[in-house]
This record gives sequence, C-alpha cells and structure tokens, in this order.
Amino acid sequence: MSSQNYDSACLPDLLPLYYRRLFPFSQYYRWLNYGGVQKNYFQNREFSFTLKDDIYVRYQSFSTQTELEKEMQKMNPYKIDIGAIYSHRPSQHNTVKSGTFQALEKELVFDIDMTDYDDVRSCCSAADICCKCWTLMTIAIRILDRALRDDFGFQQLLWVYSGRRGVHCWVCDEGARKLSSAARSAVAEYLSLVKGGDETLKKVVLTDPIHPFIRESLVLVERYFSRYALQEQDILGRKESLDKVLSLIPEDARKELQQYFQNEKKPETRWKLVKDQAVRKQGTSKKGQHFEKEIMLQYCYPRLDVNVSKGVNHLLKSPFSVHPKTGRISVPMDLKELETFDPFAVPTISQICEELDRAKSGEEDGKSEDAKEKENEKDAAERRRIRDYKRTSLAKYVKYFDQFLDGMARSWKGELLKKSDLQKDF
Amino acid sequence: MQFPGRRKKFLTNPQTELYGHPVQFYGEPPLENISLAEFEAFAVDRLKLLKTVENVGVSYLKGSNQYSDKLTAESKMLNFPYRPDADDKKALAGPSEYDKRRKDHISHFILRLAYCQTEDLRRWFIQQEVDLFRYRFNALFSEQKLELLHRNNLQYDTISVEEKMGLKDELINSSYTVSAITLEQQDFYKVPFQDALDLVRARKVYLQAGYVYIPHKDIVTIVLNDFRTRLSKSLALTARSLPAVHSDERLQPLLNHLSHAYVGQDYSIQKNVGKISLDQIDSLSGKSFPLCMRQLHQSLRENHHLRHGGRMQYGLFLKGIGLSLEQALQFWRSEFIRGKVNADKFDKAYAYSVRHMFGKEGKRTDYTPYSCMKVILSNPPSQGDHHGCPFRHSDPELLKQKLQFYKVSASGISQILELVKGMHFQLACQKYFELTHNIEDANFSLNHPNQYFIESQKALGGGGGGGGGGKEIKREVDAAQRSQENLATRGSAATQEAAADASKGVVEMTEDLDSYFQDA
Repeated sequence: MSSQNYDSACLPDLLPLYYRRLFPFSQYYRWLNYGGVQKNYFQNREFSFTLKDDIYVRYQSFSTQTELEKEMQKMNPYKIDIGAIYSHRPSQHNTVKSGTFQALEKELVFDIDMTDYDDVRSCCSAADICCKCWTLMTIAIRILDRALRDDFGFQQLLWVYSGRRGVHCWVCDEGARKLSSAARSAVAEYLSLVKGGDETLKKVVLTDPIHPFIRESLVLVERYFSRYALQEQDILGRKESLDKVLSLIPEDARKELQQYFQNEKKPETRWKLVKDQAVRKQGTSKKGQHFEKEIMLQYCYPRLDVNVSKGVNHLLKSPFSVHPKTGRISVPMDLKELETFDPFAVPTISQICEELDRAKSGEEDGKSEDAKEKENEKDAAERRRIRDYKRTSLAKYVKYFDQFLDGMARSWKGELLKKSDLQKDF
Repeated sequence: MQFPGRRKKFLTNPQTELYGHPVQFYGEPPLENISLAEFEAFAVDRLKLLKTVENVGVSYLKGSNQYSDKLTAESKMLNFPYRPDADDKKALAGPSEYDKRRKDHISHFILRLAYCQTEDLRRWFIQQEVDLFRYRFNALFSEQKLELLHRNNLQYDTISVEEKMGLKDELINSSYTVSAITLEQQDFYKVPFQDALDLVRARKVYLQAGYVYIPHKDIVTIVLNDFRTRLSKSLALTARSLPAVHSDERLQPLLNHLSHAYVGQDYSIQKNVGKISLDQIDSLSGKSFPLCMRQLHQSLRENHHLRHGGRMQYGLFLKGIGLSLEQALQFWRSEFIRGKVNADKFDKAYAYSVRHMFGKEGKRTDYTPYSCMKVILSNPPSQGDHHGCPFRHSDPELLKQKLQFYKVSASGISQILELVKGMHFQLACQKYFELTHNIEDANFSLNHPNQYFIESQKALGGGGGGGGGGKEIKREVDAAQRSQENLATRGSAATQEAAADASKGVVEMTEDLDSYFQDA
C-alpha cells in the first residue's frame, strides 16, 4: 500500500482531524498515568510540541486527560515529544525556586537510527531506508529486547517505529523509570559493542573470554547474517565492500583469503573460508582471533546513541506522533509480527484520514445520546473516537497498545493494593 | 572544628576506635581542635597527593606496579598512610601510624570545604579521592577488606553452591578473574545491578535478571561505587554549610586559593576578545591548533557541518582563544550556509546553541572550554563524529596517515605512536607540538587545548594569543579576590590590616603552590 500521496503541506488540514477523531487519548493517558500509583505522575510530566513554522515549545504539562486533549486539539502539534516527570508541574517551572525544579523519573529509552549504519549498508544512506536494510532494525530489536529482559530483568518494553528511519524502545518498568543517569549510561554501555567514528576502521574488538551477552547476541545475528549480509548487502561480492571486510581481518589471514577469493566467487563459500581462517587462528594465537565474529557484529550489531538513553530529562518522540516528513504515524510494534513488519506499510496520516472519510456513510452517530451533561458528552465523543480509529488501519496498533497496557496494569494493581494495605496499618 | 548541624559521635576509646583501620570511608568529621598552621599544612599536603594521583593516573595504567610505587613513594614523603600494617588487629602501632591516619582524616575534610563549591571542582575531587581509595583498598589484606566491608554495612547475599555450579560456564566466561579453580574456591555474591554500575558498564561480570554475580575478589568495585556515592552526597551537604565557614576570615582565603590552584587555568576568562580575526583562523589552525582542533576545523571546512559533540568542543575552544559571540556566530553561519543549511535554518536551530555556549541562553552558564582530560575521557566519538582526541580515538593507521599528511617526520611519527600505544595521549600531543614547532622540549605540561594554543603563540613569538596566559590570569583573579575580601571585612582598620596580613601570608604560600603545579 502506497503512502496515499502524503504531502506535508496538507498537515494543517489533517492534524485537526487526527487529534479530534483518531489519536488514542484514553490509552495514552492510561499509559502515562501508570495506574495512579504515584501522586501527580501525569501532572508533572513534561511534553514538548513542535508547532507549525518550526515553533518549539517546552515544559507543557496537563492536569487531566481532558486538558491534554483540549490543548492538543487547539495547538495541533506537528510533533510531540515526551520528557521526564519533574518535581513540580513543568508548566509552572518558572515559579519554582531555582535549583529545586528537577527531573525525577522517566522511562529508560533507546533510539536506533539507520543513519548510524551508513558505513555498513550499501543499499541506502542518510535518511533513506529500504526493505533490505530494514533487517538491521529487526536484528537490533531482537538483540536489545532479549538483553533487556533476560540480562536486566525488565519486562514492560514498548517498541515503536519512529516514522522514518529507526525504532525507539520505551522500558516502562518501575525500576527502569527510577534509574539514575549514571545507571542509564551503564546500561547503554553494556549494550554497546560498536565503537568509533569515521576515523576508526575496526569498530568491534573482542578478547577472550567472550562474555555470555556477546555470545547470545551473536546467536541472534547468525540467524540473519547469511540472507542479510551475504546475499542482500553482498558484502563479500562487490569489490568495494569486499575490501572493507578484508581490512578488518589480520594480515596473515587476509593474504590467504585474497588468494582463495581469486577462484572462489560465491559469497556463501567465501564466508565459510573466512570462518575457517578464524578457527585456525583461534587455535594458535591470542590476538585478533575473533575476526569472523567481529565482522558479523560490525555489520549487524545495534548501534545506539548513548546520549539519548543517558539523560533523565531527555525528550523523545511520542508514540502515535506523526512524522512530518513522511506522514507516518509512530506506531507501537508487536514483536510477535516482527519478521513481517514493513515500515512502508505503516499508515500515514493522510491514509487514515481518508479511510475515516470513506467509512462515514451508514454510521449511527448516536445523536440520541447528545445529552447536556459534560460527562455524557465526553463519553459520546470517546465512543465515537473508538469507533473511528477502528475503521482505519490504525486499529491494530491501538489494539496492540491496549494489550501492552493490560500487561502493565497487572503490576499497578499489585502496587495499589500494597499501598492501601499500608495505609490501613498503624 | 565544629560543623553546624552534624551529630557528635560519643566514643568510648576515641584513639583506637576512630583510626582502627588504615582505610576509611570518611563518614564522620574530625571533632578536635587544631592550629591554623596544621590546618594549612595538612590541606596543602593532601592537595599535592591528589595532584600526584591525577598525574600518575594519566601516565600509567591504574593498578600497575609503577602506578602503585609512585603513589606509595608520594604518600610516604607526605606522611600519609601508605601500607597496611601487618599486625593491624592489635592496638595501633604507636603514634606515628596514628598520626598519619589522623592527618589523612582531617585533610580530607578540609579539602571537602574547598572542593564542594562547583560541579567541576566536585567532579575532580571525587575522581582523585576514588582513585586514591582504590589504590589503598587494593593494598589491604583480605581480612582487612572484609573488615572494612562489615564496618560499613555492605552485606550482600552469596549464592548457593548448586546455583554457582549451574552457572559455571557463564561465570567463567564473564570475567578475567574467574577460572574453574577460583570458581570453586570462592563465594559469589548476588548484587542488584544498580549497585555495580562500573562492572556492568564494562561488561566484566555476569548479569542475569537484573542481578550481577560477583566473585569475592572483585567486591572492590562495589565498594568504590559506594564510596563515590557517599562522597558525592556529603559534598552536596557540605556546600550548604559553606556560608558559616566562609564567615571565618582565617579560613576563607586559604580555601579559595586551594580551589583556584586547580581551576585557575580554565581559560574561561576571555583575555583577548576580538584580537583574533576570522580570516586568521585557517592559518592558525595549521600553526597553533592542537591536532584535535585542527581536525575539527578541517572537517568543518570540508563538510560545512559539524555534529553536536564537535560543535561544542571546537566552539568552546574558539571562545577560549578570544572569539567574540558576534564573530562566532558569523564564523559558524558562513560555513554552515555553504552546506545543506540555509540562513534561516541556521538562525533557528544553530544560532541558539552558539549563544548558549557563550552563556546567553537558558540557565546562562558560561561554559568553559574542554580540558584534555574531558576530551579524552568523556563523550567518545561515534559514526559521523570528528570530535575527541585523535591520539586517543583515531585508529593508529589513520592517525599515522594524518600526521604524514601534516608533514611530520617519520621518526617523529613513530615516537608519537609509541606514546599512544602506552596510552600517554597528552604526551603524544606534546610531542606533536614539539615536532611542529621545531623545538626540543615543550617546557610545559599539556593538559588543555587552549594552553596548547597559547604556548604555540608564545613559541612563534606571536602577540595575538595572549602570552603568559595561566599565571597572569591567576594573578588577576587573586587581585580581584583580595580587593573583594577587603571590602567584605567590616569593622575597624585594625581588622582590615590583620586581614591583609593574613592574605599576604597565604599569597606567599600559594605562590609556592603555583610553582609546584607549573613544573612539568
């Protein structure tokens, strides 16, 4: 399905419709309120909006779901970012004595951006992506999801498509939200294997012993390496990329391989020869012997920006925000369908608005329910909205988000019970 | 020395109790009275020790024999505790060991007063104290280590033998220090990962479901974390009781000079605003910029863009050499426009951050140019970045090519690469200075890119860079300091004279300090 001819010039018309009829406010509030376990959690959360003409406003905060809705429908932001939960309401930060207004908690977040892989993908560069290099995101998600769950013990992970060229991960566990900046950067560094800028040729160096985390990650990379790297990216086929790969191999092994490659042209076989050389070296020397693993990791292992994860007050694009350049909605990703996820099939705002229009005929608007009371009005609007997004391609993503929230709600329930018990104790 | 608001600890046998262990966490402040002379002497000695800790940490691998030997020698010379006594369990071996520990205790708390005042000072102080603590802890015998842990309430759970054997392979593969034999011989502790961040960060330990499994031998890292956290909190508390301390005229001058002796050369005071013109920058970058800035400048010219890390490192450096805000804006704007950024976008997105660097936006901090330590140790460059220290962050091959391109001699290049191999990055840069300026000996100890620039201008006989930088700036600050103190002193002329005398005495002493720190 094409992007239905999305044109960013239409945003001023599409956004009001999106925010009035489609944006899943009640799920959104349900998420950020975290079951009401902690007082003022939602009220002290910072949001930032990018409005028309690149006007950027920070320190937005809201007392209720209704207030959030009204403001967003009034401002029609092009982009929405979520920040930290502060010690006071962000909208009142100027009235607070300097030094006491502080960021206290926030989800632990990760941002994987395809441009960070430009030195190892040949199909695209910069902001472009295609189905060939998208595999890098799949690999990244698999590796990081496993590590965050198995190694760190986190359970409430939300993966979100950024709308253009990457994915974000929101770790929503209570323990994660309370992590200090030092802890966040330690987690991010534990997860980092690819190091170095333009000036560094060899970005992954492994020494004995190989940590279990690296082993587990390699297992996951191996699942995709043959199809992704050897076939689709053809890293051992084209001369340019072959040279790059060879430069990562120690000289003695490299010379031998260059000889073999004069006769052997098939990528699969070439890779087998590389692995054989590595095994041989592992038997004899103590240095530079893991080059076959290093190559796999340099070409496939996730590259994350530590700075995004480090700061408690760092602002990150919100799920269900629109990407102004592509029009795509930042949708949550169901990992059960990860292998078939297609970033080009993610609905755009123009697409879902059009779907909504088409479904207009034959709807019972519930006009009979237009009561005067505010309560009823809100319910009616919400019911309408629920019917609305269900008519569009957005439905399945909201449904998945609901399931995610149900999972979290179980832990909130436990917390609330604990708290009320404590209050009854003397 | 009474600090307002602190609990007084009632000890049954103060002497042996308080200094019963060679290493301490500095949990309780000293409660005795001491003379002003001892106060000054102790503080200066500890500062010398910490400065040595810093230097030795850059020149040698931490924990290596040369590292420990140098520190031991310095501690011995300055009368600080330097080796655990073999019979520590018995009563203290006499006044001399007791005196060393007492000096250690008191001097630490004095320096807290001087170094709690700003973020930079705190960070430096904590880093050196942690390194010192690590060196001392590692010198302890095992029983002493255990004792230290228990004295300080670090009780972690050990895992059962079955669980340990079940995780055998993972545990062996997670850490250099664990082999099949050592695995059987020692206990493993299960510690929440938040308490062992250094081990997690470096992936030196097995992590599962949020817990790290630490062999008894490695418990030092945990202890260090704990030490660092406690010290950090204490410094924040100390900062709050500063006003009471500063009102004591005897202490204030000394404390200020103690902290300035380190910070005096931060190049935040712009001495030569406007003396450099924008068209000089290209030629200056070849002649007087350190390699990191030359690289950044070249990337900027080639790509008409720099990422955030590069903009910060280079932008602050330019501020330090004397670019005004207007010049900086013009400089960045004209270069970025040649690239993908149009004038409008520059004004919207990038101008703000340039003004931010000059302290004109946000919380108006006037950011200081990065020192070598900061460039080497923090924010390593990744794909698409050009900042950092080339001696630290560039592949040796690429570094070699770059130096060849900049016409450094072959023998010079190999000398530099040797130094890089030994992780002496600042010395490598110093060598680069010597080779490009054609002099035998740089005659200064490089620790700041702006210092490189000033020394280069001096060597080339230039006037544009502001000769005599560091010392002069410090004297300016001193003079300003003294006049401020005199204004603040209320009361009779007699008091003013007394204050002036005290300042003079302190100035004499701190001039010694200065010369100490400026020796290579």
